[in-house]
Amino acid sequence: MGLTRTRGTQTRLRTALIRQLVRKDLKVKYQGSTLGFLWSLANPLLILVVYTFVFAVVFKSPVPYFGIFLMSGMLLWNFFTMGVSGATTSILANAGLVKKVPFAHESLPLAAIGFAGAQVALQYIVLVGALFVVGLPPLRPELLLIIPALVVVIAATVGLGMFAAASTVRLRDTQHFVEVALFAWMWMTPIIYPATFVHERLGDGALFWAYYLNPMAGPIVCFQRALYGVVHYPDTEATRASGQAGQLLLPSADVSFYLQALGLSAITATVFLIAGLWLFRRRSADFAEEL
Amino acid sequence: MSDAVDAIDRMGLDPGAEILIEARGVSKRFASYHRRATSLKERLVRREESEGDVFWALRDVDLVVRRGETVALTGPNGSGKSTMLKVLAGILRPNEGSVDVRGRVASLLELGAGFDGELTGRENIYLNSALLGVPREETDALFDMIVDFSELGEFIEYPVKHYSSGMYVRLGFAVAVHVDPDILIVDEVLAVGDAAFQRKCLNRIEEFQRQGKTILFVSHAAGQVESLCTRAVLLERGQVLFDGPPRQTIKRLNGILGVDNIAMVAGEMARISDFAIVDTGTDEGVEEFTAGSSARVTCTLTIHQPLPEDARFSLHINAPGQSDAVAHVSPNWHVVSADRLPVGEHAISWQVDEWPDMPGDFSLALGVFLGPTLIAAARLDGLRLSSGQVRHVPGTLVLDGTTQG
Repeated sequence: MGLTRTRGTQTRLRTALIRQLVRKDLKVKYQGSTLGFLWSLANPLLILVVYTFVFAVVFKSPVPYFGIFLMSGMLLWNFFTMGVSGATTSILANAGLVKKVPFAHESLPLAAIGFAGAQVALQYIVLVGALFVVGLPPLRPELLLIIPALVVVIAATVGLGMFAAASTVRLRDTQHFVEVALFAWMWMTPIIYPATFVHERLGDGALFWAYYLNPMAGPIVCFQRALYGVVHYPDTEATRASGQAGQLLLPSADVSFYLQALGLSAITATVFLIAGLWLFRRRSADFAEEL
Repeated sequence: MSDAVDAIDRMGLDPGAEILIEARGVSKRFASYHRRATSLKERLVRREESEGDVFWALRDVDLVVRRGETVALTGPNGSGKSTMLKVLAGILRPNEGSVDVRGRVASLLELGAGFDGELTGRENIYLNSALLGVPREETDALFDMIVDFSELGEFIEYPVKHYSSGMYVRLGFAVAVHVDPDILIVDEVLAVGDAAFQRKCLNRIEEFQRQGKTILFVSHAAGQVESLCTRAVLLERGQVLFDGPPRQTIKRLNGILGVDNIAMVAGEMARISDFAIVDTGTDEGVEEFTAGSSARVTCTLTIHQPLPEDARFSLHINAPGQSDAVAHVSPNWHVVSADRLPVGEHAISWQVDEWPDMPGDFSLALGVFLGPTLIAAARLDGLRLSSGQVRHVPGTLVLDGTTQG
């Protein structure tokens, strides 16, 4: 079923459709479970426990409030992976719809990304609550960094998600490749370790800046600066022992650094977005036939 | 006189009415399914698709529909009707030609296609409306009417996975007919639901017609085509065979249907039973056939009403997926005069002297015609012939053992 309308109202109707699809996915996911939405906190909680145990307890990472540091970036990464994987399979998962109903196909990957966004937003609310509880309230001007950072992340997620969604219809290998690539990608992004680890090895040259062409690296350091906000290692026994006391933990105290890093990430994110929209537009008219 | 005739008069069929659908030279090609590479490995191994794997579902089809017309697309199975609807609805992209559709289109290719089993009827109404492009406020306003039309009552609050198929269909149609399109595109969905609900749907469609809306639908039902449409288009093998008044189109359709649509006429005048192939010598059923061997084809023809004219028999061999016979037991038509076939049971047999030399799976089809109308038909599937070019199979019709009924 489908109804075409004049261009003026189309955007509004599409947004409404995406909202309906997200609502449907949330409802279907949590239907019949007593704890419902709370389950979306289970996964990050598990990550928190495991990684904190491994890195803070076993490897004795000198990063203070390791759990908070980890979650500041990890939740954003969760949004990216959930969004991209969800978008990748969104056309296949709704084959019945695509084959029988004319509608704007981009609603499907966008709804998958919106679904990821709704869950991660809740996780961030819990994280901010935790910040107040442990006495690290993120009430600082740098908090505003999350706005441009989100724009870059959303562009990268939508771009890559739509590219993979369109590509998977014709080449089913894409979905498996995406899974593997995302896993490797996570370890190349400063989520579990601070970006300063990378800086020490890459120096201050072109290589250092090239690192931020990773479209997730810039946004993640911004989120760490905005929410976690511990710029220097504190003076503790552990940090004195490793000679890190007073050294930089986050890459810089200076907002301009983060904006530059974000700018580099934005370049790649824009390339992703253009490539994703281009491929999706090109292929979407053939989806019904190829499914 | 029927409503539909009134509708036709009312609409006046103004030849100068605005053109809402204009398809020119539309061709649609499908790569055969088993040849499509969907994994990287297959892609790398098999780079080119050869022409031989391509099937043309539509070939150079022109269709112009004006405001206020109700047009049926009809034709035998696999003639391209549904493909054409999908192209017009914008689901499939034609490989050649142009499609221009002006105005708001609501297409209903499968009832409840956008439903999610986990959601309640209420939630599905909103989801489906959003898919159809109806703003939420409009759905709010229409909600009670939709529930009313669907006759679901309190069930509207239950997940649709618990619905019976009838309830499912009612809800799907209720949503679809409450949007307000200029053009309604409907696939064979009117054939579902109980009689009372079908009547309701037809009333709704007639209401659409009175409002001067344009309707395009696929139908096999001759009665429906004749009573609802202002025009009918006959497709066969992806091409337009005829485009004109419904009655004439149906006549032509009956003419080409052969055995694929026995349901339309079977049983009224005559019936075939015990259709079988037996060994020439032993009269026992034969399962396997080798080219060049002989056999006998037998059946019982029961005539219910006196035949007004001579009957013509056609015994032919069909290949799967092809609507034309690949071989006839010659001559193409065995004519039997009406007075040799009085009311009663007749044992009829054909002597097939030599099975054709064509490898593959076939079915043997028998049709009995009065003029262009098929009055009885039967088919034997799963015939397998081994390895040829013989297009005419010599044979003789033997009419014997007539018993008066």
